[in-house]
Amino acid sequence: MRIPISALIGLILTGGFFLVAVFAPFIAPYGMAEVVGDVWEPSSAEHLMGTDNIGRDLLTRLIYGGRTTIFIATLATALSFTLGSFLGLSAAVLGGWVDQVMSRLVDLLMSIPSLIFALVILSVMPVTIPILIIVMGLLDSTRVYRLSRAVAVDINVMDFVEAAKLRGEKLRWIIFREILPNALSPLVAELGLRFIFAVLFLSTLSFLGLGVQPPASDWGGMVKENKEGIVFGIGAALIPAAAIAILAISVNLVADWVLNKTSDLKGGRGG
Amino acid sequence: MGPMLKLLSQRIALGILLLLAVSVVIFSGTEMLPGDLAQSILGQSATPEALANLRADLGLNEPAYVRYFEWLGGLLQGDLGTALSNGQAIGPQIGKRLGNTLFLASTAAVVAVPLAIFLGLVAVRFRNRWPDKLISGATLASISLPEFFIGYVLIYFFAVKWRLFPSVATVYDSMSFLEKLNAIALPVTVLTLVVLAHMMRMTRAAILNVMQSAYIETAELKGLSAFKVIARHAFPNSISPIVNVVMLNLAYLVVGVVVVEVIFVYPGMGQYLVDHVSKRDVPVVQACGLIFAAVYVVLNLIADIVAILSNPRLRHPK
Repeated sequence: MRIPISALIGLILTGGFFLVAVFAPFIAPYGMAEVVGDVWEPSSAEHLMGTDNIGRDLLTRLIYGGRTTIFIATLATALSFTLGSFLGLSAAVLGGWVDQVMSRLVDLLMSIPSLIFALVILSVMPVTIPILIIVMGLLDSTRVYRLSRAVAVDINVMDFVEAAKLRGEKLRWIIFREILPNALSPLVAELGLRFIFAVLFLSTLSFLGLGVQPPASDWGGMVKENKEGIVFGIGAALIPAAAIAILAISVNLVADWVLNKTSDLKGGRGG
Repeated sequence: MGPMLKLLSQRIALGILLLLAVSVVIFSGTEMLPGDLAQSILGQSATPEALANLRADLGLNEPAYVRYFEWLGGLLQGDLGTALSNGQAIGPQIGKRLGNTLFLASTAAVVAVPLAIFLGLVAVRFRNRWPDKLISGATLASISLPEFFIGYVLIYFFAVKWRLFPSVATVYDSMSFLEKLNAIALPVTVLTLVVLAHMMRMTRAAILNVMQSAYIETAELKGLSAFKVIARHAFPNSISPIVNVVMLNLAYLVVGVVVVEVIFVYPGMGQYLVDHVSKRDVPVVQACGLIFAAVYVVLNLIADIVAILSNPRLRHPK
């Protein structure tokens, strides 16, 4: 199997980001909240990327911030996938009024922009990391629901599913042993896109001051902390923003490749 | 009543029903808190008297559905309620900001829509050659870039390094139209970049879909130039999908505007909403949230209606 060069770059970069996130305390040169220099020092041998708005090492903040961003985005994606695909597959198999009620409810939730809905909820909720994960996961599960239901409806009418139903298999067997394995490849391709969406969404919330709260910080929060520097020509805020962009692009490259590969498997559609 | 009119009024009735349901969702979004809203606004250290007062102010002693119908009744009479943070009516405060936001979003739409459609046509004309590849690459990049990255890069270069445009988009009434346009040049650019690539890409897909039809082959075989085939035969048939794409992206603009207004400190609805979310000013958040959601729903409804109007096959559903 040949991996195209773009996907390879994506894989390496994505892997790199995750490794740095996992081993953050061993890699970071300073402590996360440690003030080690002057405000917005330019880059030097001690501080490779300079310092931030209150004199903390920017590279250290970037490494820990990446950890927070990736951690929250991963958990939110896991939640949205588990919930969304389970409900979507169940709706497709059960059909009838269960399907109708859930689908109309999802239609309704999707008719409100996620960011606006999240802001409404966060105006009354305490903004903590578990709450952020749950809100992001629940809002995004509507998208996963749509996709997995659409995929499963097609599979549900196939003969082997019919045979399983006639054998008298229970709902759980049909969902997990008959439908899920066949619906997996489009779902996996979607996983990457949902992860990017979670990263961007979290960064946006933190940038607006409604995501991860100080002193902890993710990349979006770092942009917020350092944005005042821009008007003085200090680019510190651009570094975390660029990190978000690079992570998103590399995951996208991988997801694109997986998407093409899985559609190839089904007779070269979209190849 | 013609079948067309009937279909349209059905769609509009459905839209109104959806708006009502959205208002229920927005309202219950602020009711999901397991504890008490007054406690969460005032914090743990609040005195019992202050809590009781705020509860009475918010009407928390009434059941939720009573409050919902009071809120809805007020909305229908144009009364958006009173802000907790300064005790003023929300309606007049929002009015001007809504105007500013619509000005920003519509300027972005005026720039982005024709540009996207033109570039989409170019991409189809040079399919699978470098202009097309360039457009695909730009799409990938633009869905991965957060708005604030584009925004601050533009501020860094255009406002700080080269001093071409102001970094803060302040607009007030006494400014002339041109001065206003100059002030919002950078936010409009960000919004345009955010929606452009996606719109372009979907325009391309819509036209390519039509290009596979038999009548296009006929047009090619009778010797029309490639551009003429696209402009005269493919484009009219792809109006409905393109309008759909445009409306979806305009709806996206409505959301993108929230972040862009915060980046450029623009006095619009988005900034107002974000400010009041952190102040936990629930009535303001509900009112703004509902307005944003309503604009989004209405744009989607218009896309639906245009699709019906422009496609005879949809006018007679089986």
